[in-house]
Amino acid sequence: MKTVMNGDFAASYGAMTSDVKFVAAYPITPQTLIVEKLSELVADGELDASFVKVESEHSAMAACIGAQAAGIRTFTATSSQGLLLMCEVLHWAARARLPIVLANVNRAIAPGWSIWADAQDSISQRDTGWMQVYAENNQDVYDSILMAYKIAEDNDVLLPMMVNLDAFFLSHTSEVVDLIDNDKAKEFLPAYDPEYKLDPNNPRAFGALTSPEHYFEFTYKMFEAMEVAKKKITQVGKEFGDIFGRYYDMTESYKIDDAETVLVTFGTIAGTAKESVDRLRKEGKKVGNLKIRVFRPFPTEQIIDALKNAKRVVVIDRDYSYGNEGAFYTEIKGALYDANLRIDTYGMIAGLGGRDVSTAVIKEIVEKAETSEPNKTYFIGVKR
Amino acid sequence: MNEKKELRLSIPKEEVLQPGHLACQGCGASLAMRYALKALGRDIIVDIPACCWAVIDGPFPYSATNIPIYHTAFETAAAVASGVSNGLKAIGNDHTTVMAWAGDGGTFDIGIQALSGAAERNDDIIYTVYDNEAYMNTGIQRSSATPHGAWTTTTPVKHYRKGWKKDLDSIMVAHGIPYLATASIAYPEDMIKKYLKAQKIKGTKFIHVYAPCPTGWKSDPAMTIHLAKMVVETNIFPLYEVENGKYKINIKPKNRKPLDEYLAMQGRFKHLPQEEIEYLQKTFDEKWEILLKKEEHFG
Ligand SMILES: Cc1ncc(C[n+]2csc(CCOP(=O)(O)OP(=O)(O)O)c2C)c(N)n1
Ligand SMILES: [Mg+2]
Repeated sequence: MKTVMNGDFAASYGAMTSDVKFVAAYPITPQTLIVEKLSELVADGELDASFVKVESEHSAMAACIGAQAAGIRTFTATSSQGLLLMCEVLHWAARARLPIVLANVNRAIAPGWSIWADAQDSISQRDTGWMQVYAENNQDVYDSILMAYKIAEDNDVLLPMMVNLDAFFLSHTSEVVDLIDNDKAKEFLPAYDPEYKLDPNNPRAFGALTSPEHYFEFTYKMFEAMEVAKKKITQVGKEFGDIFGRYYDMTESYKIDDAETVLVTFGTIAGTAKESVDRLRKEGKKVGNLKIRVFRPFPTEQIIDALKNAKRVVVIDRDYSYGNEGAFYTEIKGALYDANLRIDTYGMIAGLGGRDVSTAVIKEIVEKAETSEPNKTYFIGVKR
Repeated sequence: MNEKKELRLSIPKEEVLQPGHLACQGCGASLAMRYALKALGRDIIVDIPACCWAVIDGPFPYSATNIPIYHTAFETAAAVASGVSNGLKAIGNDHTTVMAWAGDGGTFDIGIQALSGAAERNDDIIYTVYDNEAYMNTGIQRSSATPHGAWTTTTPVKHYRKGWKKDLDSIMVAHGIPYLATASIAYPEDMIKKYLKAQKIKGTKFIHVYAPCPTGWKSDPAMTIHLAKMVVETNIFPLYEVENGKYKINIKPKNRKPLDEYLAMQGRFKHLPQEEIEYLQKTFDEKWEILLKKEEHFG
């Protein structure tokens, strides 16, 4: 059923379509609409779930950990400071191998209070063991949540997944979203029935003191799970497409076959980048775009394949790893190095704190790359 | 006479806590768990944050309790229990008891926010704080449950702890929870009765168990029960219940003992000058009077 809704509501409906049985969340702008919509859906009986209105994001994730460990499908949503407050328990959820799904609205980090789009929040939680998806539009938000449960709950994966959506550009912008009916969703995503859970009839202790004898192997198993997840994400994206007509993968290439300059983008900037590619091509520039939809696990193989013929690789980061460069930029270069590809690369930091990255800005970025020294980081549009 | 016999028999025979756990000699916290589980049985899920009990149950892949145990982050005992309890209810399980089991540090200090949240929502959990009056897992640092006058590694002899133990019980009563009880491992019948009662009540139940720690208190491990008894006989840690706002003191010592002997048995109070001992005595007596008044007015 096609309807018009903002990205926050798409996240709420994504959780509902996934038949979550437990939600614990705490409000923060611009995620508040997710919390409000879900509490409404639960109160109206449309969603048969328990909604615990916790006193903090830290407790939101802790409560999800408890419920999920007891064998119940859980969901939460947050943004910015809230995600940072969760840090310790994000690690906990991942190492406990709990397939929790979280919607994070990408918002800047204070001080300098800012409620606007910026990926510093989720990028700073990159190493928590969560899989990370960056949505381009509201349909992507909705579909990604349903797929996230399917991927995360796979017995060979069992890792939590974070679905990111840009503040305001998605969270508060209305777009057409095609909702999946519940029966079809249930066929795609069966009820959650984990092999290991807190069960008085089959008692186990989880997470006890772990010596150097075992800890290493637990981490190795997460490495294995992330490797499996790469395949599952592609597989589930295809299966989803076969059933619902919308196909997804870890990356998405746009006009890169003959492209000399390839933009590498994520989130809503990817959408603008594709429009920019069309416009720049009209000016005779051979430009393409590679969207990184999944950042963890990192799609190294797909990236190498997509970039191997490029002359210039221009990475746009809406984040900055203090003291180095954009996080995506570093990792893209790592992938190229793995394949012995010595291509000129450009790290472009843009759109921090919600500054607009328009087609004009992307044009400026491409021109900057054409005229600047490669293998360096540039802050685009910075006022000096 | 008859009544006493009955009380004895009220302690269930079954041992849920097994030998082979890692507690120190004379550990009050291990006895606390033993009695609590005797009362609560096996249809239970327990979550344990960072504290001595995170070690006592045994390292991976062992467990001394043979019930579902979930180890959680230091400040999350109440929130994780809320999640388990509400989650189970969402799938129609109304029978399994969910208990958070935390130390005083994880309760009075870093976990008080999550505890307050659970209590305010009246989530259906039993929250036990086993109180050994310091951070013992990390090597005896003060907590806000450390009593006035005590030595810890962060309140060394010259700068022993000054300031009163946080009155968390009153804070919990102020949340309007349906049940609060204090308990001491020297009174197992009383303690088990309280757990059995808590198990039947819906909502947040808070049980504050006094649990001596010979390692941290520099006391003789053989004297743990004795200390846990004296603390009640001196009115330092009165045994009482608050049920829906109504106070009931369970044990009123006929002649309250002076606290000198109690203090003298613990190295952590060795340095205390006489005037401090007098100050402690005076203040504990005042606090007891206040509790009596609470029972009188809200009994
Ligand atoms: C966030 C965090 N900070 C600090 C610690 C270190 N830590 C582990 S146990 C503990 C003290 C626990 O004290 P208490 O709750 O009284 O339990 P006890 O050890 O006395 O049984 C501390 C400080 C931790 N695990 N997590
Ligand atoms: Mg302690």
